Amino acid sequence: MTESTAARKPRRSAGSKAAGTTGTKADTTGAKRTTRTTRTTRTAANKAPETELVQLLTPEGERVGTAKNSPYAEYASFVDGITPDELRGLYRDMVLTRRFDAEATALQRQGELGLWASLLGQEAAQIGSGRATREDDYVFPTYREHGVAWCRGVDPTNLLGMFRGVNNGGWDPNSNNFHLYTIVIGSQALHATGYAMGITKDGADSAVIAYFGDGASSQGDVSEAFNFAAVYNAPVVFFCQNNQWAISESNEKQTRVPLYQRAQGFGFPGVRVDGNDALAVLAVTRWALERARRGEGPALIEAYTYRMGAHTTSDDPSRYRHDDERAAWEAKDPILRLRRFLEAENHADEGFFGELESESEALGKRVREVVRAMPDPDRFAIFENVYADGHALVDEERAQFAAYQASFAEAEGV
Amino acid sequence: MAAEKMALAKAINESLRRALESDPKVLIMGEDVGKLGGVFRVTDGLQKDFGEERVIDTPLAESGIVGTAIGLALRGYRPVVEIQFDGFVFPAYDQIVTQLAKMHARSLGKVKMPVVIRIPYGGGIGAVEHHSESPETLFAHVAGLKVVSPSNAEDAYWMMQQAIQSDDPVIYFEPKRRYWDKAEVNREAIPGPLHTARVVREGADLTLAAYGPMVKLCQEVADAAAEEGRSLEVVDLRSMSPVDFDTIQASVEKTRRLVVVHEAPVFLGSGAEIAARITERCFYHLEAPVLRVGGYHAPYPPARLEEEYLPDLDRVLDAVDRSLAY
Repeated sequence: MTESTAARKPRRSAGSKAAGTTGTKADTTGAKRTTRTTRTTRTAANKAPETELVQLLTPEGERVGTAKNSPYAEYASFVDGITPDELRGLYRDMVLTRRFDAEATALQRQGELGLWASLLGQEAAQIGSGRATREDDYVFPTYREHGVAWCRGVDPTNLLGMFRGVNNGGWDPNSNNFHLYTIVIGSQALHATGYAMGITKDGADSAVIAYFGDGASSQGDVSEAFNFAAVYNAPVVFFCQNNQWAISESNEKQTRVPLYQRAQGFGFPGVRVDGNDALAVLAVTRWALERARRGEGPALIEAYTYRMGAHTTSDDPSRYRHDDERAAWEAKDPILRLRRFLEAENHADEGFFGELESESEALGKRVREVVRAMPDPDRFAIFENVYADGHALVDEERAQFAAYQASFAEAEGV
Repeated sequence: MAAEKMALAKAINESLRRALESDPKVLIMGEDVGKLGGVFRVTDGLQKDFGEERVIDTPLAESGIVGTAIGLALRGYRPVVEIQFDGFVFPAYDQIVTQLAKMHARSLGKVKMPVVIRIPYGGGIGAVEHHSESPETLFAHVAGLKVVSPSNAEDAYWMMQQAIQSDDPVIYFEPKRRYWDKAEVNREAIPGPLHTARVVREGADLTLAAYGPMVKLCQEVADAAAEEGRSLEVVDLRSMSPVDFDTIQASVEKTRRLVVVHEAPVFLGSGAEIAARITERCFYHLEAPVLRVGGYHAPYPPARLEEEYLPDLDRVLDAVDRSLAY
């Protein structure tokens, strides 16, 4: 249990108190700093983010933060009993998600998809958080949450329709409690908050998780979502994958403070977690979802990670960032570090890795085949589902379109 | 009896009350809608009777209001959102256009968006900037939205019932200068369809088509014209999306002349679309081009000038004269 006492106190004071206890040194002293020292803090934060991260697995695969007096013990307690089977599960999810992602990138290169937004490098942030959700929880993704979709049981081939251009979202959001991908940056943070307000009205103990990125943190909708969530004490976890780049704009173009610290001003806790550490992400997200369920309101998680690839297949990152930055992050690869841990602990053998390799290839093959066979929609789909209850103008234009199309058939018949 | 005389604002209030009573999923959301009852008192007394969980005073953030209403709709609620004034809707315009309007299509029909957005609109009340605008065309242009505006208390009551029952998002424009106009409201009536126009006055020489606050003006114009021996028909359009072109067409085929009146700017306004469609449909019936009377391509003027900007009796009569002169 965490913060059980604070939970019973009035919402806002509980929130701000929690922010103090879960934040970092920069958090608690930030208010006293002058503008100049705040700037120093920012620079320091950007140069040495590791000092602020909740981390349970080092890049070398070493388990850390387990000591009772560790500053991260509170979070670590949420993965205390994790079994080798669960750890292998996280590893398997990440490997398969990366394989799926690579296949999608290849399919774009082959002209089968119009665009792909790769999650390469963000597997731990997505699998760790996705696996923390309960079946009745609801997920509001951006357009890059392929790993979270995987955790929610969405068939990965369903994600590809919109990138192929056959639909704008090809799955039923209510069958997996995984909302449609949202392309307008940050809009879904408000939908998540409203959904969470509804959960409270229903008296349910489900929670909501809203995904967004460092670029979206600049959007007004994200700030409004933070505020609505705080004011109504909504059970929503704001999960920011700070992958360092909003297309070509670095963090410094988005924020003067570390993003997780934004939460404090809204009256709820914020925490920065090593986004390449699946175990730490799982722990911190479980912590945040659990406190949301208990009625303790929203929390902000900043998963500090890196977009290893381009923003999308249309992007060229060589125009704005150096390869050495990528190389530095490669050393912190999320999959590699969990593998090192599994091997060091003898939790997985060659048989496991070999089987997973075949499973990956099978997944890639299935994705390839499904996409290549994915038909174009019927042309009349343009007029479908514009309205739930119908609309006279849509009916009229559909009829005109049909008559126009039919005129070709008549012409051919002549 | 079932019919009762009440002001237009009160009719909306009574309609909201009925919806809150009959469907536990209906919510009221907006700025000052709770304790205060709204700046026009349209939601007066509702929070007191239905509680803060259902009649929700929100933070002052229009995008936040509509964005969270979308989330609540996804959870199965039917939010009725108030935007305090017409000119304040634009922070929410992104959520309305990119999310609310498109969610049903994006989900291939699996998600419905039963959200009503109430917007007091139009001028004539001597207000400051951003409090007198008529932005309905900006919504009618967006597929996925339905746009309506009542002109009288009974329509206000029933059109609100129907808007709330709709599984599509409905932008419900309230003619704020008519809020205090009283009319009989029959709460046991069987209303016609939400998106049909209605001939509110029969005539033979020319058709005036209008909606919301301009319907009353057009009826006054018809009275004045009658004194000069001219018989004008008045059509209350009621719905700007979809527009009931059949009713307008039937009227124009009879009168052979059409003047469309709205407060919104004439340029690319509803009148422009109606003129184009009616020209297509009634080309051989028309004795004169379809004329439009409305706002100018200028920011809504300061209150001391609004009477110059808004269509009034003389401006509409001038258009009637010009049409009849062909």
